[in-house]
Amino acid sequence: MSDPNSPARAWVFGDDIDTDQIAPSRFIVSSDPDELAQHAFNDLRPEFATEVEDGEFVVAGENFGSGSSREQAPLALTGAGVAGIVSASFARIFFRNCINLGLPVLICPEADYISDGDDISMDLDSGVVENHTTGERYIAEPLPPFLQELVEQGGLKAYTKAKLSGES
Amino acid sequence: MTGKTLAEKLLSAKAGVDARAGDYVEAVVDVAMAHDITGPLAFQTFDEVTGGDGEVFTPGRTILTIDHHAPADGVQAANNHNVIREFAAEHGTHQYDVGEGICHQVLIEEGHVAPGDLVIGADSHSTTYGGIGAFGTGVGSSDLGTVLATGELWFRVPQTMRFVVEGDLPDGVYAKDLILRFIGDVGFAGCTYMAAEYVGSTIESLPIHQRLVLANMAIEMGGKTGLVPADERVARVLEAETGSSVELPDDRRSDDDADFASVQEYRAEELAPRVSKPSNPENAVDVGEVVGTDLDQLFVGTCTNGRYEDISLVASVLDGETLASGTRMVVVPASGSVYRKLVRTGELGTLTDAGAIVQAAGCGPCAGYHQGVLGDGDACLATANRNFPGREGSLQSSVYLASPATVAVSALYGEITDPREYDGLPRLDDHALAEVEA
Repeated sequence: MSDPNSPARAWVFGDDIDTDQIAPSRFIVSSDPDELAQHAFNDLRPEFATEVEDGEFVVAGENFGSGSSREQAPLALTGAGVAGIVSASFARIFFRNCINLGLPVLICPEADYISDGDDISMDLDSGVVENHTTGERYIAEPLPPFLQELVEQGGLKAYTKAKLSGES
Repeated sequence: MTGKTLAEKLLSAKAGVDARAGDYVEAVVDVAMAHDITGPLAFQTFDEVTGGDGEVFTPGRTILTIDHHAPADGVQAANNHNVIREFAAEHGTHQYDVGEGICHQVLIEEGHVAPGDLVIGADSHSTTYGGIGAFGTGVGSSDLGTVLATGELWFRVPQTMRFVVEGDLPDGVYAKDLILRFIGDVGFAGCTYMAAEYVGSTIESLPIHQRLVLANMAIEMGGKTGLVPADERVARVLEAETGSSVELPDDRRSDDDADFASVQEYRAEELAPRVSKPSNPENAVDVGEVVGTDLDQLFVGTCTNGRYEDISLVASVLDGETLASGTRMVVVPASGSVYRKLVRTGELGTLTDAGAIVQAAGCGPCAGYHQGVLGDGDACLATANRNFPGREGSLQSSVYLASPATVAVSALYGEITDPREYDGLPRLDDHALAEVEA
């Protein structure tokens, strides 16, 4: 996973971007992150898949990742090398999926101050999103302690593995 | 200390603690479900966390379905189906194959879910189980893979947004119109992280198949679950359908002094048929505002409105009629059982005589995979649950959402039509009565 503390380009999207737009249904017959990445935002922003580089960010408005539960949507973004997502708010299942996959997410009401192409970075410990193009800093909501613990342990799979080995 | 909401009670019971909204709990899952899109990825997680030789925690309460790409529309889909079959055979889980229907319909018809259960489905419409008083919620594949391995999952106990509807629904107004009203009022994200709870005399008099519609589309306002408190009617209908006895939980309603995030109140008499315009379910308006919109396709089906009563209503309107010229109708029964019942009653023939196409049970074109996707410029009126850009095919197509009655009557004219102009629509009471007599 790329380091969200390293400044890199922000790809900015609007409100209510649903998972059909992140990972269109005709491509999600695959579960391979690299293959899914080739079609990320295919219809909404066709240049994304070819131009996105490792370590860049997705920034969105309200309710990012609404709609279907398909984990292929966050997987398409990890496959594309996305280092993190900053959004004014997230849909519930998508948010869970990101936490579970270890894809850094921050809920940041000021996300709409970020313009497409700005260089940003995310500090997960402090919840600060820094805009290196404008010099602005935005304060995101810190993750609740339970979720922080889950992320610190490396996501749900690592958490569950540890739990299962503790029981046996 | 205030009382508890139904959502708080259900999760408290499964977590073994006195949980309140905002608490994080680990709860025991009663039923786990995945389908041909989400299953293969969940199995990868399962193998990863169990080291590749793990056993499914509760195979008897794990159900795998093949419904999204069924029958297979390509080699990769067919291979996914085989992954489902092999996993089910290896681990002894339940498995329903091509043609047996949509996960949510099959789980209820086959008696896998009881009131009070905690149901985790790797599908966003897993809220549907709330229609029979179970806590159903959708998750991604990593969550589901974990549940397969451990039988447990973490939850944030949701706040509850309560919808109270009192009185008698007018003719031509159904549960679909109610939920499209709710979604339009609170917005597409208005109930995010919350449980939607539907109560009041109108809800209590709804047949079970209509309650499922309300629960199913809770996700379209961001809801974690959608709950209709279980009652004797739920037990009676499930017992008649599955042939086995159903036990209702003792405590199955929110306390009067529970803390609700908000309460929305409605008078049933004031409600009208609703249509959601493209490209979001929240764009819901009274049908009068879109009457006359030209249609190319009509789609009857899905986990929202593909049940026997829905399709039967459409058949009764089309009986002896033909589809308006220039339109096509795709009908996809929600389950094989629904399909066979339509054959037995002769209603399937009524539909095809009118010019409709009846396809194998499953999800159909709802998610834009196959069986009738839309081309550039096509307009479709659907009994489905979503109308996002490109949801049923081309980004340049338009999907309008409505009840089966609105779709059926519109099919006669080739344009969106107010179902109240049609004389003789089956009343909800008739269905409720049939249900009680069954």
